[in-house]
Amino acid sequence: MAGKRKPRLAVWKFASCDGCQLTILDCEDELLSIAAEIEIANFPEVSSAIMKGPYDISIVEGSITTPDEAERIHRVRRSSRFLVAVGACASSGGLQALRNFKDVNEFISFVYATPAYIEALNKSTPVRDHIRVDFELQGCPPNKYQLMEVLSACINGRKPAVAQHALCLDCKRKGIVCVMVANGTSCMGPVTQTGCGVICPSYRRGCYSCFGPMETPNTDSLASWFGRLGMPSEDIVREFRTMYGWSEAFRRESEAREKETKA
Amino acid sequence: MEPKLVLDRHQFDTFFESLHKHGYEIIGPTLLDGAVVYAPVDSPDELPVGWTDEQQGGVYRLKRRGDQALFGYSAAAHSWKKFLFLPTLKLFEAYRTSGGPEIRHPQPDVRRRAFLGVRACEIASMEIQDRILIHGTFQDTAYVQARNAALIVAVQCLQSGGTCFCRSMNTGPEVTRGYDLLLTEITGPQKHVFIVDVGTDRGAGILEGIALAKADEADLKHAGDLVDEAAAHMGRVLDQNGIKELLYRNYEHPRWEEVAKRCLTCTNCTIVCPTCFCTTIEDVTDLPGGKAERWRRWDSCFTLDHSYLHGGCVRCSGLSRYRQWMTHKLATWIDQFGTSGCVGCGRCITWCPVGIDITEETAAIRSSGDASSSIFGKKGE
Repeated sequence: MAGKRKPRLAVWKFASCDGCQLTILDCEDELLSIAAEIEIANFPEVSSAIMKGPYDISIVEGSITTPDEAERIHRVRRSSRFLVAVGACASSGGLQALRNFKDVNEFISFVYATPAYIEALNKSTPVRDHIRVDFELQGCPPNKYQLMEVLSACINGRKPAVAQHALCLDCKRKGIVCVMVANGTSCMGPVTQTGCGVICPSYRRGCYSCFGPMETPNTDSLASWFGRLGMPSEDIVREFRTMYGWSEAFRRESEAREKETKA
Repeated sequence: MEPKLVLDRHQFDTFFESLHKHGYEIIGPTLLDGAVVYAPVDSPDELPVGWTDEQQGGVYRLKRRGDQALFGYSAAAHSWKKFLFLPTLKLFEAYRTSGGPEIRHPQPDVRRRAFLGVRACEIASMEIQDRILIHGTFQDTAYVQARNAALIVAVQCLQSGGTCFCRSMNTGPEVTRGYDLLLTEITGPQKHVFIVDVGTDRGAGILEGIALAKADEADLKHAGDLVDEAAAHMGRVLDQNGIKELLYRNYEHPRWEEVAKRCLTCTNCTIVCPTCFCTTIEDVTDLPGGKAERWRRWDSCFTLDHSYLHGGCVRCSGLSRYRQWMTHKLATWIDQFGTSGCVGCGRCITWCPVGIDITEETAAIRSSGDASSSIFGKKGE
């Protein structure tokens, strides 16, 4: 590969907590090898030295929540060859999409002294609702090894090996005793995409789906089982309304269960 | 035939010492996070002394027994599969060198292990995996090594679990073969002993130097009665009569749609199953592209990737995936490997997060008849 120009990487922030960007910095030991293979061309959280586009790989963090962001994301797309949306915000609208279930103007009037200065879209939406996305990496925040895998696949010209099946498969591969079956603890694992490294069940907690819906989530069956475990409908709604509350599968389920609470 | 012997509970430490002396790491039942699991155990104190379990669809709970039995539980949370057919296995590393790729194979794990507390259904499941992984078209060398290095210390099941149906599958509860040593635990107010059957010379070697009494008629009768008792109290039944033809005839049965509404496609049933052996192969590279690794991991027919052919997945619906799993396990397995793929351990029922029950699904298809079309054409054609 000698003499070949290194691929240029840009990291873009939209409405988010910056946790996904920190995941890149959290690569620590691997950062030097990333820097050896990739030109970090535009990453304001890391360096004020910004190289002009176009960029070979763009990592986009955050959801689209303002008219300005809705425009800016198109400029990012135009300057990027391969665009990866990372994290819950970029892939589903994020925690801030909880406002999508209510009237945003009502929130604004409560929170801000001068609501007239605030320009917000009615809904917080994922990047894919606005532009073409080449790859989505789920997780709040995403797993650093999966992030490395996506970068590695990009520069080695292969498909990223990012599994989309349920967390349960990895939980069982690790030999963890199921918290729901053995302890009666509610767990979102069966409808949640793997990737976190099975953190919560390893500590005898139920999964709360910070990696979002798995490939074919049967939310209705799991929610019904939560009901059988004694969980009230209001709490079932809350189980599905966290970081991935606005993802299609979880949104449909929480709206259906919300109707039950009002019935 | 070798006379049956009696190992007193007080001699169990000596028994452990002897296993260690013969170079075996002991893998046995122990409590972990609210369940009995198989894991390395160093002393008899680590066994689930005085514990049992209650199992139903999607529910497992530990309970206290009225005695100090060591093996008084039914099927443990995970099967022995995880020690014979590893959940993740590195197949090789490849390095880019000036002379072309250099392949390095990892050192095989040649640890000798004693599996303590193997049940009849579990021996049956090992025999099924042997057919496929040892005597099949291709030999799985890692499995062969682990299997040959494993000493089987079986125990008679004296209590059937709520989801057990080994009797229906003719795999238990009585252990009749496939062991190096076989223990039958007898607990009572005055005594706590194990009747020992010796299955192999390797098993006999472990007992050398331990002063064992010969079992008397009363002990043997008691042990036999306990096994019969377990057989009489199976938690579930799966009618095997014409099962293959039944499922082949009912490929379009409406029950599949009904179960698909509940099935989470979460893979739990396949991973806890002691005979399921599907894997996926993954290659990973480092960033500079100088080193690659090939890994084999447990996979499941419930993931979309499992049936991904060029252009897409051929079993996209939960219906098609559940039907594939159950029909393979109970029917096509017979054509493929000459045996059912099910041993009746009940793990897929207990550890299904929403309690889907393979015996109930089969019974539902059987009871509502053969109204629908089959994969080989309509009934009667």
